[in-house]
Amino acid sequence: MHIMEGFLPPAHAIAWAAASAPFLAWGLRSMGRSLQAYPERRMLLGVAAAFAFLLSALKLPSVTGSCSHPTGVGLGALLFGPAAMVPVGFVVLLFQALLLAHGGLTTLGANVFSMAIVGPFVSYGVFRAVAALGLSRTVAVFLAACLGDLATYITTSAQLAWAFPDPVGGFGASFAKFAGIFALTQLPIAISEGLLTVLVVNAMARFNAHELRLLPVMALAKGRAA
Amino acid sequence: MKSRTALIWAAIVLLTVLPLWFAAVPPAEPGSTAPEPFSGADGRAQQAITTIAPDYKPWFAPLFEPPSGEIASLLFALQAALGAGVIGFWLGTSVAREVRGKESAQDERAD
Repeated sequence: MHIMEGFLPPAHAIAWAAASAPFLAWGLRSMGRSLQAYPERRMLLGVAAAFAFLLSALKLPSVTGSCSHPTGVGLGALLFGPAAMVPVGFVVLLFQALLLAHGGLTTLGANVFSMAIVGPFVSYGVFRAVAALGLSRTVAVFLAACLGDLATYITTSAQLAWAFPDPVGGFGASFAKFAGIFALTQLPIAISEGLLTVLVVNAMARFNAHELRLLPVMALAKGRAA
Repeated sequence: MKSRTALIWAAIVLLTVLPLWFAAVPPAEPGSTAPEPFSGADGRAQQAITTIAPDYKPWFAPLFEPPSGEIASLLFALQAALGAGVIGFWLGTSVAREVRGKESAQDERAD
């Protein structure tokens, strides 16, 4: 989902940065307040950030014969709310832009928007919707992480299609092309991310029941997890 | 519960490994070379941009680029190791805490 350095026209780069900045400020505030109120959550926030660091470094092979990576931000969004994952995703993307030439500073705003904003917010929304339907926590966590991951890659496809519409088919043709590269590749990887997130949430439910008792991920679908 | 965890791990491993055999590498686009098998999707998107907008010139270059593929994989491994280290620390302390809790519960009963 990384749009490479310099591969968004300046107007797009600035617009995406401007769109992402308020979310980053909101996320930092929400994270700070949460840690002030519940200092015992510091460890789990660290685990959620570490999960994003680990997963976004793993480039996995996929059915389209190319490689892509999970994002790992769904887990933290379920635990601490979607805003808290904006700063985490920002740090991961900054690390990769500065040290790995993966993504870039000019495309940081757009990449933050897809991975650290759309992904976590979709995950959180899906989780709330599935939990409201009365399905088990396992199903809710799986769908949330899986669909959030896919949403990130669909967003990247739309961002590129918007910046580079096909000379004949316009936005639609271009979007189909980029989605073929990103979203299709991402399908099995998103399923893996959903499954992995279920495993981590199960471990947290077992080991950190006390710290998590007030969090929606534990409260909403409580008692239904097998 | 235990067997379900094992099943989930097996599914993750299969989802990751099976594409190595069953993936179809896309044919070459007109006007560009066939993509290398299992190259990154980010790079493919970059290639797609150059076919859609052949006149587009990237207007900014990365400040630092890993001098070789080896250095890049070193840095990616470092990123993964940092994440895995923190998760391992959490799991270790959690298991130790659970064991200690059980032991002290047994001690109380023995007293």
